[in-house]
Amino acid sequence: MLEVSLSGSLRDATDGAASIEIEARTIRELLRKLVERYPRLQSRIDEGVAVSVNGEIYRDNRDVPIPEGAEVFLLPRIQGG
Amino acid sequence: MPGLHVSTTVNGDVTEFVCQPDETLLDVLRNRLGLTGAKEGCGTGDCGACSVTIDGQLVCSCLVLGAEAEGCKVGTIEGLADGDTLHPLQEQFIEHAALQCGICTPGFLVAAKALLDDNSNPSDEEIRFALAGNLCRCTGYDKIVRAVNAAAKDVRKQQARLQKQARLKKAAKKRR
Amino acid sequence: MAHDTSFTNQEFKVVGSRPPRPDGLDKVTGRALFGADTFAPGQLVGRILRSPHAHAKIRKIDTSRAEKLKGVKAVITSRDLPDLTNGNRGNFDILENCMARDRALYDGHAVAAVAAIDEQTARKALKLIKIDYKILPHVTDVDKAMAADAPIVQPHIRHDDKPSNIANVSEFGHGDVDAGFDQADVVIEKSYLTEQAHQGYIEPHACLASVGPDGQGELWVTTQGHFTFRNVCASLLGMDIAKLKVTSSEIGGGFGGKTHVWMEPVALALSRKANRPVKLVMTRDEVFKASGPTCSTSIDVKIGAKKDGTVTAASATLRYQDGAYPGPWGMLGAMTSWACYDFENVKSVAYDVLVNRPKVTAYRAPSAPMAAFAVESTMDLLAKEIGMDPVEFRIKNAAKEGTRASYGPTYGPIGIGPTLEAVKKHPHMKAKLGKNQGRGMACGFWFNFGGQTCTDLNIGVDGTVNLTIGTVDVGGSRASMSLIAAEELGIPYERIKCNVADTASLGHNDTTVGSRGTFSSGMATIFAARDAIDEMKERAAKAWEIEVEDVEWRDGCAHAKGVAHSNLAPMSLKEIAAASPTTGGPIAGHNEVVADGAGVSFASHICDVEVDPETGFTKVLRYTVVQDAGKAIHPDYVEGQFQGGAAQGIGWALNEEYVYGEDGRLQNASFLDYRIPVCSDLPYIDTVILEIPNPNHPYGIRGVGETSIVPPLAAIGNAVSNAVGVRLNHVPMSPPRILKAIKEKQAGL
Repeated sequence: MLEVSLSGSLRDATDGAASIEIEARTIRELLRKLVERYPRLQSRIDEGVAVSVNGEIYRDNRDVPIPEGAEVFLLPRIQGG
Repeated sequence: MPGLHVSTTVNGDVTEFVCQPDETLLDVLRNRLGLTGAKEGCGTGDCGACSVTIDGQLVCSCLVLGAEAEGCKVGTIEGLADGDTLHPLQEQFIEHAALQCGICTPGFLVAAKALLDDNSNPSDEEIRFALAGNLCRCTGYDKIVRAVNAAAKDVRKQQARLQKQARLKKAAKKRR
Repeated sequence: MAHDTSFTNQEFKVVGSRPPRPDGLDKVTGRALFGADTFAPGQLVGRILRSPHAHAKIRKIDTSRAEKLKGVKAVITSRDLPDLTNGNRGNFDILENCMARDRALYDGHAVAAVAAIDEQTARKALKLIKIDYKILPHVTDVDKAMAADAPIVQPHIRHDDKPSNIANVSEFGHGDVDAGFDQADVVIEKSYLTEQAHQGYIEPHACLASVGPDGQGELWVTTQGHFTFRNVCASLLGMDIAKLKVTSSEIGGGFGGKTHVWMEPVALALSRKANRPVKLVMTRDEVFKASGPTCSTSIDVKIGAKKDGTVTAASATLRYQDGAYPGPWGMLGAMTSWACYDFENVKSVAYDVLVNRPKVTAYRAPSAPMAAFAVESTMDLLAKEIGMDPVEFRIKNAAKEGTRASYGPTYGPIGIGPTLEAVKKHPHMKAKLGKNQGRGMACGFWFNFGGQTCTDLNIGVDGTVNLTIGTVDVGGSRASMSLIAAEELGIPYERIKCNVADTASLGHNDTTVGSRGTFSSGMATIFAARDAIDEMKERAAKAWEIEVEDVEWRDGCAHAKGVAHSNLAPMSLKEIAAASPTTGGPIAGHNEVVADGAGVSFASHICDVEVDPETGFTKVLRYTVVQDAGKAIHPDYVEGQFQGGAAQGIGWALNEEYVYGEDGRLQNASFLDYRIPVCSDLPYIDTVILEIPNPNHPYGIRGVGETSIVPPLAAIGNAVSNAVGVRLNHVPMSPPRILKAIKEKQAGL
């Protein structure tokens, strides 16, 4: 079981929930299960999100394995100059 | 509007072109003569990317009309190297990594050449003020000033060599 | 195939050296071709007509007289572009920003365009286009735009169930700030303003577009991301991605401003309508008015600390002006604001606010400099209040490995502490100061990104190597990539030729943003080279008639392993390449990767200034940048990034700002009135490169391009304060603002 923390601006898609318990072994599985539970997250994911697993931020790679008990954050996708 | 016929010299080559009365020398160089080394960064004489020389005088070619080049000697970045021998400024700009994107580089080289032609031993401050009409947004000017300093040293060496050669020639003539 | 991207701490032979760049000769001889430097047979000149109003309804556009002008080959308005209403809102916004539909949203918003046989005719045609505007109330100030009675910029945007200019609210942080402030001995609360700045690249936006009635097209363009431009243009105009070939020209500076399309879809549409190539080049005035500068901001900061220097709580409210279209800019300000520090209780709330100004886009570490100005100024105030040295105060509170970042994740090995220690030890900190002179320092953070990357490496029969990358070279990265390929293959740097491919010649590469060029293309180059080495080992094994397991690659040669093969002399890359036609054909390496794990980057800057109390003019006397690069592949260009970022920050701190009139029009759209630093304004900029390896890159590379613009605003503010005793809370700290502050202090206000 993982505890996924959501950054502020994504919480309006999860009825205000700031952290969600979910079972997932990869980022792909995590995002799929999050959308199953909170369908409104889909449009936010389409707009772009980043997932941080134990401090590493992943923007595109959905195949990243998530170790048991990892610290996971869902963030809006960020861009640079 | 009927075009104007202009005869001029560009980088030592006799060049003729037809241009509109309101056409800038920069547009003529770039669009009619295919010399795109001079760049348009602003079109208002603020950035120096279009720097060229007219009869040895440094100008922004975006502020000069093509027609004004009649009978003049125009010098552009394309004429800075002597065949396959680069000017010391060109060598030192590469050596000192004095360019990042390189869009301002032709203007800087033409302006720095005008400085060194006038003063081959400039102080840092003289270099910075001589190049204050050329904008660079990448480098913070640090490596540019260093490159110009190094090139000035090369130019002075070159001058000393030429002077020595001239002296020897003169002495040889005297002996004869 | 997935590769292990972990840092391996290998010893380098050529990485870290400073050879001349491959594009150097072209760039010092005027031969390099930038966006405006190519020509096509039969090419037309494009020009764009722009709104002179900050906000207006477009009732009617009459293009009939322009169309009849001799030499005009195409005139377009939004009616000639696809109607993306009710589709993807992001695409709708991009296209509407390129060409207004029923409303002009800012001074400079495109409303029509022409293509004609020459510049003169195109200009004349623009004058013949008649537009019936109904002027609407406008707002250009971020705080005023948040007021309840403000004119609404985008009616579809709602906040609290009402139409609003607040496009997004973002919140980050952890702990309990209220409880934290209760524990503090000293609390400082202060508000700051920063004005809008432009990237100021010297090369205006320029492109040459050519589209035929068969739906095939080509675009030559100055861009940071030609693959992204291709995808965006194709989807906006209903073209097939594969049929639009985009070539990135040499790019004359971008700094984030060339990450988005501004007029390229218009050039393509003009070309399609005229069925001729169209060259479209912005004037400098257009660049200021109609490309994407960075935000102006209004920020409140509150920090509380104990007398021993421990920060107990920190909070920030950030209001970022996004221009006429929503962006992530306030959010990025909130995420970066406290990233340098290890605070128990921390909170940032950001508002992205719409105004009648051009659509904001990224500018080097977007949004971080403004937040850092507010935070780092307040940190200095607090240090002074509790009587602690500002460097020591920061060291005490600096984030380190294991710190939970204010934006969420936990840090791995990071460089903020080491940069501060390096600042403390730097001789600059001990240099004597004179009258009206002051020293300031400040810290900065940027995330850095990776992204989709694809690289090819082809070995010629003579043993020279073509390295083909898809990230645009914005500041010398072809030299760095060549160094990496030389390192891996074990051959001299001079035998590598690195090219940036067009979109038809290589797989997709994300835009060169987020300091990702050397990080991600470097990674793909390493793996492409290793791929080629695997192939060369196979070829050597074939020639030697031994098993490939018995072949290893070392110093540019295949070596046969073991006593059984000790009579076999090493086979060089050159020999293997020469034999390739008979050992299986061409030898190539290839890699595609989603480069994640770009290491976060920190910098600390020191600056000395002298303020003239008579005029308020500030001269920067000395400047030192200390930054963690992870690994400097080509140190010249790492230093160049540090120096260039610092110079941009200095310009912003002291001079650069968009000035809007009451009429909502931009008053200083030229390099004369929007003054960027010139050569005589700046000192030499000293650099200290720290190398704290990024654990997620084989060479330890972090991005280096952006962070150096983050600290200067605050470093200069702190220096000015130490020089003349006035604390500026408004950037730029131009002479009139400093003079006013000095006068107010003298008057005891």
